[in-house]
This record gives sequence, C-alpha cells and structure tokens, in this order.
Amino acid sequence: MKEASPAKAYALHVGVIVLLFALSFVLPEYHHGLLARIMVLAVFAMGYNMLFGYVGLLSLGHAMFFSAGLYGAGLAVIHLGWSVPAAFAAGLACGALLALVIGLLALRTSGVAFMIVTMMFAQVFYLIILYLAAWTGGDQGLVVPQSARVLVLGSTSLGLTNPTVRYMSALVLFSIVLLMTLAVVRSRYGRVLVAIRENEERTKMLGYDTFSNKLAAVVVSGTICAASGAAYALLFGYVGSTFASVQYSILPLLWVLLGGAATTLGPLIGTLFMYYVVDITSGYTSAYLLIVGIALILLVLFFPKGILGTIRQRWLGWLP
Amino acid sequence: MTDKNGFFDLSKTGLTRRTALKGLAAGAGLAVAPGFVRYSQAQSSAPIKIGFQCHRTGIGAAYGRWYERTTAAAVKAINEAGGINGRPVEVIIEDDGTDPGRGAEVVGKFATQHKTDIVYGTLFSHVVIGSAPAAGEAKMPYFVVSEGHHVASTKLNRYVFQPGITDVKSQIQAMAPWIAANAGKKVTQIFPDFAFGYDHRDYLPPALKAQGAEVIAQIAIPPTESSFTKYFPQIPAETEVIYHVMVGPAVLTFVKELGEFYGSNRPQLFGFIDSLEATDINSPGLEFLDGSHFWEGSPRYAQPDDSAAQKAYRAAVGIDDNGAAVGDPKDVSTAAHMFGCWETLYVVKKAMEDAGYKGPEDRAKLVEATEALTEFAEGPEHPQGPKTFNGKIHQCFGIQNISKVEGGRLNVVHKTKIEDGLYEPEGDYTTQPL
Repeated sequence: MKEASPAKAYALHVGVIVLLFALSFVLPEYHHGLLARIMVLAVFAMGYNMLFGYVGLLSLGHAMFFSAGLYGAGLAVIHLGWSVPAAFAAGLACGALLALVIGLLALRTSGVAFMIVTMMFAQVFYLIILYLAAWTGGDQGLVVPQSARVLVLGSTSLGLTNPTVRYMSALVLFSIVLLMTLAVVRSRYGRVLVAIRENEERTKMLGYDTFSNKLAAVVVSGTICAASGAAYALLFGYVGSTFASVQYSILPLLWVLLGGAATTLGPLIGTLFMYYVVDITSGYTSAYLLIVGIALILLVLFFPKGILGTIRQRWLGWLP
Repeated sequence: MTDKNGFFDLSKTGLTRRTALKGLAAGAGLAVAPGFVRYSQAQSSAPIKIGFQCHRTGIGAAYGRWYERTTAAAVKAINEAGGINGRPVEVIIEDDGTDPGRGAEVVGKFATQHKTDIVYGTLFSHVVIGSAPAAGEAKMPYFVVSEGHHVASTKLNRYVFQPGITDVKSQIQAMAPWIAANAGKKVTQIFPDFAFGYDHRDYLPPALKAQGAEVIAQIAIPPTESSFTKYFPQIPAETEVIYHVMVGPAVLTFVKELGEFYGSNRPQLFGFIDSLEATDINSPGLEFLDGSHFWEGSPRYAQPDDSAAQKAYRAAVGIDDNGAAVGDPKDVSTAAHMFGCWETLYVVKKAMEDAGYKGPEDRAKLVEATEALTEFAEGPEHPQGPKTFNGKIHQCFGIQNISKVEGGRLNVVHKTKIEDGLYEPEGDYTTQPL
C-alpha cells in the first residue's frame, strides 16, 4: 500500500466534508433528513472500524456502546433535566467507562472467543435495559422531550429538531470523528494497532504492550460509538432497547465490511449504501431483504475488501 | 404596490383593443382546453394521501398483513361512498420492519417525500414511541392503532392519536369486575418480563382490589425463555385464577407445559387473545385452553348476535365465520385488533370533513377537529361497538368482549360497558402548542 502525503489525505477528507456541507443546500427534504441520520450512524460504523478494521478485533457487542451513549444522554435529559452539552458528555462518559470495563474483561480472549464474549456482554446490557424498565422504558423506550432538545450557545438557542440544525450538528460530529480517525490511523499509535492486527506476537517482541494498546483502542472505539448514540438520542428524540439488540451489533459490522474495513471513509460509504438499498428496494417489495442479500453477495464477489478497500487495492493505493 | 417604471401601466404598453381581445380569446381558449380542465379538477379532487406505516416484516408481520387487508377494505368502502370531502383516498404503504429506528425514518419519508396528509396504522408500541417525535417535529397527524397506553399517558405529543382502538389500561380495568365476579378472587399473574407484561402487572392489581379481589402472586417470565415448567411451582396453591398474557412464538409451549403441570385439575384461566392472535385456537397443544376465557377487542368468531354492521365489516375485510381468511382457513386473522384500522380511517374521514380539510396546510385544523370529537355511534363505520373519545388524551374508550373457549371456538359470554374502562386523564395534549 502506498503512503499518501498528509496533504493529499487530508484534502480528500476535507473535500468529503465540504461536499456533505454543500449537499445540505441542494438535497431534497427527505434525503436531507436521511443523510443527517446516516452521518450519525456512520460515526457508529467509524467507531466499530477503529477496533475491527485497524486492530482486527471482531466484536459482536458494539450495540452496547452505542446504547450506553444513547441512554447516557437520553436519560440525563429525561430524568435529570440536563442540558444538551451536559447530556452529550454524559453519554460519552458512559460509553468510555463501559468500554474500559468491557475491554479489561473481554481482551483476555481473542478471535472467536472475543466475538462471543462481547456478544454476551451486549446481551447482558440489553437485558439490564429491559430489567430497569422503570427508568429506561424497557422495550418500548422513551421519548426525549422536544422542548429539552435545544442547544443554547450564549444568547442563541438552536432547536435540534430544526432540520438544518440537525444536519449541521450531525455533520460537525461526523467531521470531528472522521478527522480524528484519520489522525489516529496515521499516527504512531495507529501503526501499532495495525501491527497488532498483522502479527501480535511480533509486535510484543518489538517491545510494545499490546494489551494496553488494544485496551485503548476498545475505549476509543466505544467512546466514538457512544458519541453516535448520544447524538442519536438528542437529535432524533428517542431512546429504546432495540438499539441495544444484537441486530445493532451486526449492522456496523455490515456497514464497515461493505464500505471497506480499515479505510477511513469506508464506514460512510457502507452506511450510505445499505441505507439507500433498503430505502429504495422496500418501496418495491416486502422481500427487500432478499434483494439486499443479493446485493451483498455481488459486493462480496466483486469487491471482496469492501467498496473502498477494493478500490484502494486495485486503483488508489494511497487511500487512507 | 406602486410601479414606478410603468410596468403595470397599460397606457404605456401600447395595448390596443385588438390585442386585448386576442388575449381574452387566448385566455378563454386555455380555460376550456383539456389540460386546464384536468388541472382544475386536480385541485379539487386530488386524492387524500394516507401514509400507512405498516409492519410488513419483522415481529409484527402477522398483524401487518391483516392491518393491510383491513385498511384496503376500509379505503375501498370509503372511496365507493364518495371519499373524504369528495376526494378519493389513496394509501401509500411503507414497511417499517417493526423497528422504531426505521419507523421514524418512514414517518419522515411520508412527511417529506410522499408528502402525505397524515400517517396512520402503526401497531407495536416501541415503533409508535420511536416514531412519535418524528411526527411531532413534522407536525404530521399520526393516527396509531396500537392499543398501548402510551398515547393516553400524554407522554407523546399533540399530533399522535388513537381513536380507533382502546388502550390496554382501559382493557385491563374493564376485565376486573368480570374476573372477580365469575372466575375467582385470588389471582396469580404470569406475564412476559417486558413492557407489554408490565402494563398488566401494574394496572390489574388496583383494578381487582376495587372489586374486592386480589393478585396474590406475580410471575414475570424473561422474554428469552423457551421452557416454563420451572416457573409453575411459584403459583400459590390457593390460586383461583391464572391470568396469563404470554406473547410470541413460545405461547404454544407455555400452554402445553401449563396443561402438563396441572392436568385436569386446574384453576380458572383468563388471558388476553394477544397471545394467540393469528394462531388457530385448535392448534395441537392448545386443548388445555378449553373452558378458559379470553379478552377480545372484537370477536374472532362470528357470534349469533352479530350486528348487520359487524357482518358487513367481516365480509368487506374477507374473514369467514371462524375469523380466518375466506378461502384459506389456516390464515387466521388478528380480529381482536384489526377492526381498529377500519374505525380509525372513519374517524379520520369524520375529522377531515369537520375541519374542511383541503391539504397539509390544514393539518392543525385536523388536529383540533379530531380533538373536538366526543363519541362514535355503533354502525357501519364503527362495527366493533360504540365509543367515546377524550380529546384531551387523544384516546377512545369502548366496550370489550370476554369470550370462552368452547368446542374449538371462542364464544362471547360477556360484553363490558364503556364506563368500565374509563379512568382519570393523566394529562392534556390540548395545552401543547400546534
């Protein structure tokens, strides 16, 4: 893989951000709203990619990190009446803390065992949400009141239910996480993570504490996913246990695999692709998941490393 | 508006009488041209677009299939009778996958892409609660057919209504007098350990207490459970009635194991038909239910005293006397709930006509007109029975049926009164801004 010059890589990413910004002004109303949601969920996928793509740890429990942010932020608003920034910070803190604890326990395993352990922890987290129904709303979930979803900046109040504010908030979050991800994967730390993925024993032999590095990756990954969950609760006004179910652990894996694991822009491409395939095909048939399945098989056949992963392999080796 | 450049000053444009006549003739010609006529009609007879948020896939698919059929039948009847305000009704269906996240997206799609006049038809509570914020933000009237208490709790928003089916709190409350008087006074509840079960856990004890009966044990069963025998020893020996509301695919196992546990010497059984909607009551393993009682919103089986309206409704939807699809006895309907689709659409029609609804700009008027409704008389538009409507909590109240399993069918043995299900309002949506 060729190494891109920093300027080229950053230019590409800034270009994508500028494109998303420009789209805000030209997209029809429906696609404008959908893209805001996709950007928030692409952050979830980017968080997942951090662990799966760069460290090679396949988790089937990331729904718990997303939900930690979702409930951390949502419940802080609903039960404690916290402001939007404080609730968002609470969501991040919940995700980071949970990721630290889960990381300390789950990283004692690897491979298939890691997959199963993370899935079990996520299931425990899901059942805890159901068990604490008095506070979490159980399987029905809770609505975050529209009146509380207001971002106060000095003397200005921005309602997060306003489509433009929502889109721009999602874009800001997406941009920060995208550039941060790029910076991390291009840093020394990012190279260590890739080294662990490629050959953990050799990395250990070179003197790196692979456990600490992996733990840090779990925490970063979990916190990014929590940021996505917190943003989802505050921007779209609903917290529910469905987002903690195993389905929402598999979805980011799918988005990342589709877009290209270990590519910085792959999670966005994968999320975007899946969303639109479902959205378009469900308009024609109730068997749309069959079409989605066929599309996925075709992708695996012709883009075995995901869309951007294969493009990088065949044509644009400098893609980060 | 003044025109300093003389743009609107005809005297300065060189307009002659001949030119004016040509213009008038052209205008008249345009007015009678076929295209113009079509356009004029489109303004007055463009369809009312109803966005149907349907559970076509996911856990609610069996309900979704029958909600879709009932909706199609109701819309056909409404259109044959002249539509709404003289305009035909068009239903646009989007599948929400019985998922709250997708549900919210679908509401957004109706509001911004299909530009429907209202959104309608949602059943599962988590999808309703997940979608309600999107409806409120889009100021989109959202008529659900869910039976959850979430609408009446006034925790959603002013745009969410449930005018076609009673809520579970009301249903449970209305069951208590009959249970206490006919089944027994010492009740053990068995319910799934999630929100649907919690409604029963929370609302039944006070309702029974008011009737001089009591809940002596509550057994919550985790939603992931597939075998139930180990829970049955928790049922106190003095139990006179087992009140069960298990749902999902494990219901058949639950009933079978309960039968094996008790044999022929069992307490009275009372359940909610939600457990067995779209399931044949004569399925192997359900024999143990013979002689037990169920709540039904609308009876699955045709009853001897069915009204003409009920008969017409059943024929229109296409269900036979056993509550299965005409021509396919194995395709059992969700009769206890799906009538709510029919009745909700007629409430929408009534409210739109009261509001003089013309288009999305009248959505606020539609909300107020719906809130102003107070009662719906039993008849072709409301075949399940008469109802009252509380505009402050956006919820209707109606009669309930208690049916006994006898000879492989459900026979209605008692109908409650509307008053049995009334409770104090928990809030007032009408104080919220539109």
